[in-house]
Amino acid sequence: MTNDAPAIATRRFGLGARPGDVGRIRADPRGYVASQIGDREIARLENADLAPSHTTIVEVIGARQRVRAARRDVPAPTAATPQPPGAATALSPAAQAAPTIPAEPMPGATDGAPAMSPADRPGRLIQAAMIAEAEARIRRAVATEAPFVERLVMFWSNHFAAAARKGNVRAIAGAYEREAIRPHVFGRFADMLLAVARHPAMLIYLDNQGSIGPNSRAGTRRGRGLNENLARELLELHTLGVDGGYTQADVAALARLLTGWTFGGPERPAGEAGRFWFAANRHEPGPHRLLGREYRQGATGGEQALADLAGHPSTARHVATKLAAHFVASPPPPTLVARLERRFRETDGDLAALSLDLVSAPEAWAAPAKKMLPPYDFLVSLSRGLAIEVPPRQIMRFSVALGQPMWDPPSPKGWPDDDDAWMAPAALRERLRIAEVAAARIPPGSDPRAAARDLLGAALSPATAEAVARAESARQGYELLILSPDLQRR
Amino acid sequence: MAHSLDVSGSCPDHLLLDRRRLLQGGLASLALWSFMPGAANAQGRDPRLLVVVLRGGLDGLSLAAPVGDPAYAALRGPIALSRSGANAGLPLDDLFVLSPAMGFLHALYLKREALIVHAAASPYRGRSHFDGQDVLESGLAGVGRADSGWLNRALLAIPRAGAADTRGLGIGAIVPLVMRGSAPVLSWLPRTVDRPLRAATVERLADLYAASDPALARAFAEGMALERMSEGGEPAGRARASGARPHKAFIETSEAAARFLSAADGPRIGALSYEGWDTHANEGAATGQLANRLAGLDLALSTFATGMGAAWAETVVVVVTEFGRTARVNGTNGTDHGTATAALVLGGRVKGGRVVADWPGLGERQLFEGRDLAPTLDLRAVLKGILADHLGLTAMALRDAVFPASGDALPMRDLIA
Repeated sequence: MTNDAPAIATRRFGLGARPGDVGRIRADPRGYVASQIGDREIARLENADLAPSHTTIVEVIGARQRVRAARRDVPAPTAATPQPPGAATALSPAAQAAPTIPAEPMPGATDGAPAMSPADRPGRLIQAAMIAEAEARIRRAVATEAPFVERLVMFWSNHFAAAARKGNVRAIAGAYEREAIRPHVFGRFADMLLAVARHPAMLIYLDNQGSIGPNSRAGTRRGRGLNENLARELLELHTLGVDGGYTQADVAALARLLTGWTFGGPERPAGEAGRFWFAANRHEPGPHRLLGREYRQGATGGEQALADLAGHPSTARHVATKLAAHFVASPPPPTLVARLERRFRETDGDLAALSLDLVSAPEAWAAPAKKMLPPYDFLVSLSRGLAIEVPPRQIMRFSVALGQPMWDPPSPKGWPDDDDAWMAPAALRERLRIAEVAAARIPPGSDPRAAARDLLGAALSPATAEAVARAESARQGYELLILSPDLQRR
Repeated sequence: MAHSLDVSGSCPDHLLLDRRRLLQGGLASLALWSFMPGAANAQGRDPRLLVVVLRGGLDGLSLAAPVGDPAYAALRGPIALSRSGANAGLPLDDLFVLSPAMGFLHALYLKREALIVHAAASPYRGRSHFDGQDVLESGLAGVGRADSGWLNRALLAIPRAGAADTRGLGIGAIVPLVMRGSAPVLSWLPRTVDRPLRAATVERLADLYAASDPALARAFAEGMALERMSEGGEPAGRARASGARPHKAFIETSEAAARFLSAADGPRIGALSYEGWDTHANEGAATGQLANRLAGLDLALSTFATGMGAAWAETVVVVVTEFGRTARVNGTNGTDHGTATAALVLGGRVKGGRVVADWPGLGERQLFEGRDLAPTLDLRAVLKGILADHLGLTAMALRDAVFPASGDALPMRDLIA
């Protein structure tokens, strides 16, 4: 399929054109994308409905404790009383900070004790937080003048995936993105990595909150010990990559370095509750040897280890490969990967510089549009392009139905990035059904031929132009346009 | 001008969110292929095969616990099963007990319709979920960029009595590797909106794809074939009211699998995957997180067996996972990524009632790399045996096309009756 610079600017590096966009940027499509890079404020997302994760997680854990207490007909735990049996954390004040994760909390579940008001039930609190976050993100995506920034947020959020399906992550999955990802999309990779590894969402998702050094004070007292889940995925997925040159011994060493990295529970003082907290009495005594280097015990040892991982040559290659595969093609052009890798190393992981190199690369403007839009991007671009308002809740629902629930990929590896990953036949069929619903809402008198030229410019393929022009009705013309290869791939 | 996109009335919000999340959020997915609808194969049989992939690394030592191994109880501590007492398993033989969460499987075992393979592993020896699943599903001898899965290649190699229809069917938005390949795969999702597609648009869109995008053309044609197939009603579209919430996705997909595989002119081969086996913390023993998951799997298997009806006699189900977990319980009463594990083979054609294992032992020196159950059985030998004796694949096809470079893993020839 042919491609064209304004279409690449709005699609490969955006979330689809809004009416008039392609015409507006035609003079300088590359400049349009590049101009979005660098302003850290533009990436932030805040409004009155969005609570910080430390507030939400404390409310949810508190509500769960009240449910458990009410079920046992005993007073709710406070800072002065130990957690109920079964919480498996009552070994020390430090360990109390690590709430036990229930196996399968589901949104809207009737998990409240009769005495609780419905709004205070943990399931409701979680769902309310999730919906507020999702709506804010969708509204931003549909309305933004800087869609490349949102694409970068989505990319990094997926690189450091913390899936909503695990325990209380659902309550703070959106806040995690706002707190650990957004502030750093034009900052340094090392800073984003540290913010991610310290965030309660990641600590819960990859089980580090309960990991205890076997020879720490807490470990010797209770015989509990390491959990290597976070350490392994930090090496395999977040930094070096699976072939990045680490061993099982390195996984265990990093796990030991990260023992005690947890967050404060509701019983902790205000500055600590729900926030990252280094529980020294769970930390494995060192020194620890990781990738041939020795690290001292303590919180700074783990921080130094993460900083060194961020600066490792394998991390540069891993990140460069993923970035190019996501935005350009999978497998990515080797020349582009090499350039991004070099830039990452030269700039010590400066993500603004890396983003600028990506959008300046000739390969990125030459590769044919082969990547099928993921469901969320398809729905957002539909809403942007057709000037019909799709309510955010509907985008949430359809994202789920098309196989991509927000912030909830099936594994720590995140959503797939293969060009054809989202081509399952029934999902394509359902895209058509959604297109029919959308096209039926377009105001009478609208012209799909004009919309096709407006949204795609010179990238509009002759086959699509002809199919739209020959449609038996304007509505059918819109349906064909929405499902055309021109708008399904980027 | 803003226009609202209103499809309310098709399905209540909460219901849609819950059910769809479970079904397509990756917790479970189903894929099926049909071949020779309504016809028997060269041996005069009409065999069915369902492959179930458990993603996340199933702890085989908790599924079928070697309570007779002298090192077992100490290694496992609070998550150990035993022959009697609060964490008693269901008796299998002198060495093993089965998780008490798997009552249906145990009944099948006693009827000799289920067997457990133990200390088995794919050729993968690392500890990455994603590489492990790639090796398991691709059927390749090691990690590499794979475009197709062994089940898809097996489908192409099945000897057929007559003209074959290799259309397939699956559930889920992302096609898993084990079923990707040149044998076409259909997929199935519940409808997003309860309205029929208009034939005129379908036809024109098919023409547009045919003219400009072959891959979309193929996917769209398969989607439309599927639309016609399910016109008589959406299998598994309605959630059963019964069943615990976490098990609903398991039950829905296994119900759908049975409905398609048991139909006279339906597909004959399917693949299903269930997520959620990565038990790093608070794994539990007779009860707890893993027991809950296993109870869901047990319910899914019994739902499938019941749904197959008379066709169960011609059915084999094989349940596999990418790797096992550490022999020792970890510091958070869970287990980390390991190596060898257990697999299940069940169905009316299985020579069951036994644990198939060359038990390596759990002693300090017997563990793989000092931490994992050592692999003594190549999972590919088990799969090759099933494909040979159940579906009639030749040894050459198995060695060259389905599991390349697997010459050392000779097909196990005594699994199928």
